[in-house]
Amino acid sequence: MLDLILTQTLNGLASASSLFLVASGLSIIFGVTRIVNFAHGSLYMLGAYLGWTLVAWLGPASPLGFWGGVVLAALLVAGIGALIEIAILRRIYPAPELFQLLATFGVVLMIQDIALAVWGPEDKLGPRAPGFRSFVILFDSRFPSYELLLIAIGPAVLALLWFLFRKTRWGTLVRAATQDREMVGALGVNQRLLFTSVFAFGAGLAGLGGALQLPREAATLHMDLSMIAEVFVVVVVGGLGSVAGAYLAAVLIGVLHAFGILIFPKITLVLVFLVMAVVLVVKPYGLLGRRPAGQPRATAVEPLLRPADRATKRAGLLALLLLAALPLAAPDSLLLILTELLIFTLFAASLHFMMGPGGLASFGHAAYFGLGAYGAALAVKWLGAPMEPALLFAPFLAGIAGVVFGWFCVRLSGVYLAMLTLAFAQIAWATAFQWVELTGGDNGILGVWPSAWAVSKTAFYYLALAICAACVLLLRVMIFSPLGYGLRAARDNALRAEAIGIDTMRVQWAAFAIAALAAGVAGGLFAFFKGSVFPTYLAIPRSVDALLMVLLGGVQTVSGPIVGAFAYAGLSEQLAKLTLYWRFALGLAIVLLVMLFPRGLVGGFLAWRERLGPGAGAR
Amino acid sequence: MSAPAPSAAAPVLAVRDLAKSFGGVHAVQGVSFTVEAGRMVALIGPNGAGKTTCFNMLGGQLRPDRGEIALKGRSIAGLRPREIWRLGVGRTFQITATFSSMTVRENVQMALISDAGGIWSPFRAARAQHAAAAEALLAQVGMLEQAERACGVLAYGDLKRVELAVALANRPGLLLMDEPTAGMAPRERVALMALTARIASETGIAVLFTEHDMDVVFAHADRVIVLDRGRLLAEGPAEAIRQDPQVRAVYLGSGTVSGGH
Repeated sequence: MLDLILTQTLNGLASASSLFLVASGLSIIFGVTRIVNFAHGSLYMLGAYLGWTLVAWLGPASPLGFWGGVVLAALLVAGIGALIEIAILRRIYPAPELFQLLATFGVVLMIQDIALAVWGPEDKLGPRAPGFRSFVILFDSRFPSYELLLIAIGPAVLALLWFLFRKTRWGTLVRAATQDREMVGALGVNQRLLFTSVFAFGAGLAGLGGALQLPREAATLHMDLSMIAEVFVVVVVGGLGSVAGAYLAAVLIGVLHAFGILIFPKITLVLVFLVMAVVLVVKPYGLLGRRPAGQPRATAVEPLLRPADRATKRAGLLALLLLAALPLAAPDSLLLILTELLIFTLFAASLHFMMGPGGLASFGHAAYFGLGAYGAALAVKWLGAPMEPALLFAPFLAGIAGVVFGWFCVRLSGVYLAMLTLAFAQIAWATAFQWVELTGGDNGILGVWPSAWAVSKTAFYYLALAICAACVLLLRVMIFSPLGYGLRAARDNALRAEAIGIDTMRVQWAAFAIAALAAGVAGGLFAFFKGSVFPTYLAIPRSVDALLMVLLGGVQTVSGPIVGAFAYAGLSEQLAKLTLYWRFALGLAIVLLVMLFPRGLVGGFLAWRERLGPGAGAR
Repeated sequence: MSAPAPSAAAPVLAVRDLAKSFGGVHAVQGVSFTVEAGRMVALIGPNGAGKTTCFNMLGGQLRPDRGEIALKGRSIAGLRPREIWRLGVGRTFQITATFSSMTVRENVQMALISDAGGIWSPFRAARAQHAAAAEALLAQVGMLEQAERACGVLAYGDLKRVELAVALANRPGLLLMDEPTAGMAPRERVALMALTARIASETGIAVLFTEHDMDVVFAHADRVIVLDRGRLLAEGPAEAIRQDPQVRAVYLGSGTVSGGH
């Protein structure tokens, strides 16, 4: 028993090393540039793929070939990082942090397709490291010697980083910039060079982590997102900006995983979740993290939110009538597309409710959409429920998740909130994926069909239209209710809101739960629309769909999500038709959009109208 | 000065032996004072004297290390800001805190809705609620004409007046104003403080304010409390404080520079 514990501890430590390399890179970059680099997992993936190619090319048999390949891969990734910084990030440092996150997600999509084009869809089995192919007998069991090497690399890199940050001029500058960027700039340091070099350095660490992982596991196209979710957990637990915290958390999570898999695989995620929860309750900024210094972010002056004027109301009514009359003329294929669009509009509106008035940007909203879908499907499969009660069960399950996850999330704000929502969504996804007995795992749940009266395309279209329109209008009413105002008050100025008796955290918690409920309704409808549910319903790309719809329409407008949903769905559909590499095109579109329209489409339109007619804005 | 001196039996605010340290810095060390109904009391002192720390403990933004804060006899030390507000303490901030995505009127309505316990209503339109009461408050501070403007675009002096209207919305017994005239033009300063003094004397609100501008202090304060490096240096009627040689030495600058720092 004791030797089992020891070997599992060693296993955990070995897997912690790569995690630490990627997490520390992310942390260092965040410290200086204040950007959470979503694409860090992608850089890790690139490190693995490049390592695979380079090692094969240099000769995997010789130590020089292997290690040379690993180091070269890390250097190449560092170079790619520098390119990304110069081409994209440099231009968006002044943008709102949400848009920065989104732009880096655009990079994720682009790298995914680049990797697919270069290396193909098959997994690439890595070479084993020369000199480290044997086993070491430890505690009566065989232990791969490469794992021992990895265990040593973690602390070695930690020590190296410590030396770099304490003893070199560059490291001192990085630390200084982490504490006070403006001051470092005022002192005449070349900021551009510093930022680029920091980004390249962080990227290199991720690349190294990926290349070193090769002998342990194959390089796959999924390793980017699974890594970034784990890294977010590590960074949230360890404290953003703290390298030592990243190591501590990586070890904690690595060991936890190793034991979880040994004892009961399904509970691993719950275990990770619980550890994260406890840490966040006791230390909201992580084990070794500190409350972000200075102002809690220069509170942006948000535009006024006014109820729709008569023209907008009329346009809305007209659109609704048009949608209601459509089945008389439209073919079934168009009805199918529109049904899906309606469902996504509700999904986008639900995210907008917490993100716009609430200022709570969720990067994992698909969790509630997906749980809604699973709620409906599980009710059908296990309870034999017909459609009507199943549709009620959908928001119920999503709402419970919203209440539980939301309780943690509203304790954080900004990028911390974004990372935590993403981590929760990943946990929900992994649960659906792994709990095969309940959810069917990857095969999903099939045969989720509507009741007889709603089977026809037209009938289901009307059902979706009625439910979605009602929910979207209800969310609108809430935005202009005292609760919605209180939510905006908490976002605009929490200090003032608390000073006039508003419990800001509870208001935000309620908004989180309401948004989850509404997303659950959309998810339930989607399950019956498709007739099946799959884990992809809760996956990160689906969360990003919602984010894009909201941002495309403009966060600080009430009609934004509706316009955004239609625009986005149209855009992605066209892209998918036009090119095989639609992810690349979409990623590029996102990046360009962030650079050109930082206020979204409707926001940009309103700003344009304001510029045209000075009388309209001044009143 | 113009206060009709209501029965000074029990003070609205009684602070006793209040203390707060940040690490090794003793920001406030055992300060005691009282504020009576209808009076304007100024809390003054050089930078770092502990004024804002004191204020943040009174408003609940900071938890005191020790000491008593009694509001009409009820202890409020260590309560949260929103609990203190419910007990009848209005507050304005050194850097104005308003809701920039709302109009002036909506800012005041928000406070009125919260005072009436109406925040948890998700289906009724907020714009219609307490609109008349909000306008009355805005008229009181002279902001009615700008009621429909966004708070994000107001001039600084106007924002201060909006904040005052918001702070008065729950009919507080005590008004805390941190640097109410900072960043304002001289004429605006006099207007705002005269307005505050009038409201205080008319409604019997006790007002405690910090202030850097000595002209404002001596023109409007009934009583002055002087802090220096976390300690109470002097307390008394404005005129007596103005003459106090100790206060002049550390603070007003009588030509002699105090030694030691």
